[in-house]
Amino acid sequence: MAADRRTHRSHVSYIDKSRNYYGAHGYPQAYQWAYNHDVPFASLQKPLNECRIGLVTTSFFERTVDKKAVAGAGSKEPYAALCDDALGGLYNKDLFWDKDNTHTEDLDTYLPINRLREFADQGRIGSLAERFYGVPTDYSHRRTSRRDAPQILEFAQEDELDAVILVPL
Amino acid sequence: MSLVARHLEEAGLPTVVMGSARDIVEECGVSRFVYTDFPLGNPTGKPGDAEMQSAITGTALDLLERAWEPRTTVQTPFVWDAAANNDWREHFMKVDDSNRDALAAAGEQRRVAQASVKAEGRGRG
Repeated sequence: MAADRRTHRSHVSYIDKSRNYYGAHGYPQAYQWAYNHDVPFASLQKPLNECRIGLVTTSFFERTVDKKAVAGAGSKEPYAALCDDALGGLYNKDLFWDKDNTHTEDLDTYLPINRLREFADQGRIGSLAERFYGVPTDYSHRRTSRRDAPQILEFAQEDELDAVILVPL
Repeated sequence: MSLVARHLEEAGLPTVVMGSARDIVEECGVSRFVYTDFPLGNPTGKPGDAEMQSAITGTALDLLERAWEPRTTVQTPFVWDAAANNDWREHFMKVDDSNRDALAAAGEQRRVAQASVKAEGRGRG
């Protein structure tokens, strides 16, 4: 394949796009995205094929979504639910994703419960936890860090997880 | 979501984020990140393509096992549509002369709605 040349980076900068987009809506102040220089790192404490793996999504059950709420306004609470109950699909129409070019009718495109169960059957992982967790996409870093993240950690400890896969939509 | 991953890591629980908004995740800074260059909505594979979903999810498992330091990003080899791969990038959140007035009007409408929510005391402040 011939080498390509480009004047811009290939991957989309959503930070740049959203700043321009909301600027065009007349919002004077750009959103302050989280930035960190230092990054924590934990290693697996046992072989992967003995690990219980958990999943975290930004999607919710439709019945728990207040559709009149302004997106990101903090009206959702973190939750834990049975993976089996998610197999029919979750609600995410209120979230910001590319509804013109794709859809979320296939659960395993954003919450790979079935794929991870296959990996458990094959012995690649010990197991997928019975519960998965949901976390709101919130404008407030403070609510995410001080309310939601500790709650997800508590769920993970209750379920004795060895590692966690997080999938923002 | 990346903030949650960081909190779990700080508590000693290994994590991996799977996503398509590369800059947002990497600016926040996470231990392990599986990046797939798709439109937002299908970070773990295309609809109906179980083989691709397994490959992408398998990469996340590989990272849990093999990453040895934070900020380890792996980009999966998949492309959304090889024939017209840039259309979705240009289209999403587009701002140009064709929609500038409409976006400004939508913003104004939203601010009016938010103000009325606040006035009724329904907002969380």
